[in-house]
Amino acid sequence: MFKAQVTIKRRPSILDPQGTAVEKGAENLGLTNIKNTRIGKYIEFTVDVNDEKKAKEEVENYCSKLLANPIMEDFEYILSEWTPSEEEVNDA
Amino acid sequence: MTPKFGVVVFPGSNCDHDAYYVLKKIFNCEVNFLWHKEADLKESDVIILPGGFSYGDYLRSGAMASRSSIIQPVIEAAARGIKILGVCNGFQILTETGLLPGALMRNSNINFVCKDAELEVTNNATIFTSGYAKNAAISIPVAHHDGNFFADNATLDKLESEDRVVFRYRSDINGSSRNIAGIINEAGNVLGMMPHPERAIDEKHGGTDGLALFESLLH
Repeated sequence: MFKAQVTIKRRPSILDPQGTAVEKGAENLGLTNIKNTRIGKYIEFTVDVNDEKKAKEEVENYCSKLLANPIMEDFEYILSEWTPSEEEVNDA
Repeated sequence: MTPKFGVVVFPGSNCDHDAYYVLKKIFNCEVNFLWHKEADLKESDVIILPGGFSYGDYLRSGAMASRSSIIQPVIEAAARGIKILGVCNGFQILTETGLLPGALMRNSNINFVCKDAELEVTNNATIFTSGYAKNAAISIPVAHHDGNFFADNATLDKLESEDRVVFRYRSDINGSSRNIAGIINEAGNVLGMMPHPERAIDEKHGGTDGLALFESLLH
């Protein structure tokens, strides 16, 4: 089994009004060196296959078909082998 | 013959009854609600994707709705020439399905914009807008957070050169590229727009500029 950690970012060329608004808060806190705040999304999930190539394929399908909108967003991900802990097995 | 209408209902739709009301009570048409989990379009001649916050708009506005059970039949119906009108969340869903180009991002000023928007009917030669005069100035309510229409310049140039920008804001209210408020597909049977014509059909609404859109569909 694998675990995927996906980061979705707005394309660099597209303004991020939420990031700009949040950065105003940094200014108010006196954090004047903070620049270029951009807000994205972090999504994690597991992929229940044994083959890494197959896992990558599934992650990329999920990201490109649903999690990210290619018109305005880019995605990147980290894929690592994952074994559920005893607690997680019990929860399932 | 009067067309038969279908109004799709997603969990979180909130303009479905407004659309139903205008078609049923004002124009006396046959209207059916189409539940998102079903794939039956009930032989509708016109399908309306109403405003609201489908599935809570988790992930992105319209993203989940555009992968729901009812959408594949809607995409197939669009290919057969069935008329599709997407209003607000419906417009977001149409871009997410790819039936219309571009995307609707968070408003540039981050405010939820809720007011009467002054629009120009930039194309009245469509089946949705034939009831308006060319370049008519109309006032239709908007209520959205993600109405900032975005597309790359090549797409915007194509939309303009093919006369597919149907409505424009007369001033910038949400950061939309080239003030675009509504666009139509290449075949001319799928319209997406952020303003709500179904909320401007009675003097008590403050105006009736939305009526002509529904009248156009009846001819």
